[in-house]
Amino acid sequence: MVVKQISIFLENKSGRLAEVTSILGDNGIDISALSLADTTNFGILRLIVNDPDKAETVLRENGFTTSVTSVTAIGVKDEPGGLAAALRVLKDAGIEIEYMYAFVSKKDDEALVILKTGNLEKTAEVLSSGGISVLSAEEVYDL
Amino acid sequence: MLYWNQSRECMPREEMQKLQSERLIKTVKRMYHNVPFYRARMQEKGIEPGDIKGIEDLSKLPFTYKQDLRDNYPFGTFAAPMSEIVRVHASSGTTGKKTVVGYTRSDIERWSEVMARTLVSAGATKESVIQVAYGYGLFTGGLGVHYGAERLGASVIPISGGNTRLQVEIMKDFGTTILACTPSYALYMAEELEEAGIKLSELKLKAGVFGAEPWSEAMRNEIERRLGIMAIDIYGLSEVIGPGVASECPCKCGLHIQEDHFLPEIIDPETEEVLPPGSKGELVFTTITKEGMPLIRYRTRDLSSLDYSTCECGRTLVRMSKVTGRTDDMLIIRGVNVFPSQIESVLLEMGETAPHYQIIVDRVSNLDIMEVWVEMTPAMFSDEVKRIEDLERTLRKRIEDTLGINVQVRLVEPKSIERSQGKAKRVIDKRKI
Ligand SMILES: [Zn+2]
Repeated sequence: MVVKQISIFLENKSGRLAEVTSILGDNGIDISALSLADTTNFGILRLIVNDPDKAETVLRENGFTTSVTSVTAIGVKDEPGGLAAALRVLKDAGIEIEYMYAFVSKKDDEALVILKTGNLEKTAEVLSSGGISVLSAEEVYDL
Repeated sequence: MLYWNQSRECMPREEMQKLQSERLIKTVKRMYHNVPFYRARMQEKGIEPGDIKGIEDLSKLPFTYKQDLRDNYPFGTFAAPMSEIVRVHASSGTTGKKTVVGYTRSDIERWSEVMARTLVSAGATKESVIQVAYGYGLFTGGLGVHYGAERLGASVIPISGGNTRLQVEIMKDFGTTILACTPSYALYMAEELEEAGIKLSELKLKAGVFGAEPWSEAMRNEIERRLGIMAIDIYGLSEVIGPGVASECPCKCGLHIQEDHFLPEIIDPETEEVLPPGSKGELVFTTITKEGMPLIRYRTRDLSSLDYSTCECGRTLVRMSKVTGRTDDMLIIRGVNVFPSQIESVLLEMGETAPHYQIIVDRVSNLDIMEVWVEMTPAMFSDEVKRIEDLERTLRKRIEDTLGINVQVRLVEPKSIERSQGKAKRVIDKRKI
């Protein structure tokens, strides 16, 4: 159930994001989800790709500082209160979310959400037993 | 009043050399008998005090380096017992250890004397109102100028540094005639005057004695124009005594060294050979009257040259050219000595190897600012913004604690710092000095 996410350190300079995406594109790596957390001086680009190990290798070769983080991906119904239900399950179990971001799925009625929490196993377990669909790594990478 | 001590400041060369020789002989004896590290160094060279018969023998003596003062921290280079030391000052240094200097009562007397000469050469008299805006404390600037001004009989305003609005109000209300501070702070005051709406016609300011950091002729012109004064460059370093080692006269054509107390040489920093007058090289000082902590052939790392011709002002005291640079990588930021190695040692604590870094120094609104750019390494990286911000804060705090000045820290991408032959350029100094 663990999904690998690549994080990349970026300075807030124009063109850096485009450089990352073109390096990945040139190496045949598809990006399925992307989120940028930025401050005035720097940003952290978080990516879900179809081949995380290869992505990390090519980015490092190109001089980027990267790290691989394990995250959880869930599918929530695309209707009012869909995400709230998932968050309530985590809150009740006392699991704190460090950060999260959403992206569209190929299925019309579902949104996908990436969650970073302290305890991945417990997160997946709590979500599953709460009736939330937790996606496997393969399902996410193939999006 | 043209001179404070005409017989000394205008002494014929032969007489000066005779005086210097007598004093050098006494100092060498004092060092040999009272300071074990220097005695050992003389013995290594096979030199005894009796071998030094005058200033012509100066070059036989071994050098003293800043490192020697650190190795003998805190009081190991003192040549007088603590019962005779009446004052201790200290300057910033690398790796946390400061350079400590001790003064006997008569050292303080001599320091007041050379500082009084400095103030008089800037036009001060006993009628002057002298605002001392150098820092008071371990730093020698504040108290050094203070004692000289009292010796002269001027009225001293011991305001120390900071609180610029109060500085300019007092300057106006108390009728300050002479300002003593760093040149960058003088410009900062000029701005504050404008902001406070105080016109130059409301001031009695005539001159300023500025030092403790390098400054250019362009900066002098700007200070003179904006404050409507004569700006005089003064030179000193705490190891030698503090301010008062050398000072310009109104001719502004080099700084007269108080050479009846401080014997200068210019050497080639590589070969350590003494260079003839006029050559540019490293300035070396031997103190020939100090008791608390005399120094023999102290390597200042400052680049200058010496001119022995008599000055238009009438002084025969040798003139050193304005210091144009350093033989090492030391930076002077707001009067504080900074070595890149200090930053490197902080970064080393973050991991096994120090990341590439660059120090960027600039002068904004006449104040020196320093930024440290550090290349992000995998060991430091986290995918959480908060952790990276914490890292930036920790780095800043540690660097500030080590250097004693405010810095900005910026984390940058790997390889973004310019390299030359594989090595990152450590310092970019954008200040126009
Ligand atoms: Zn002169």
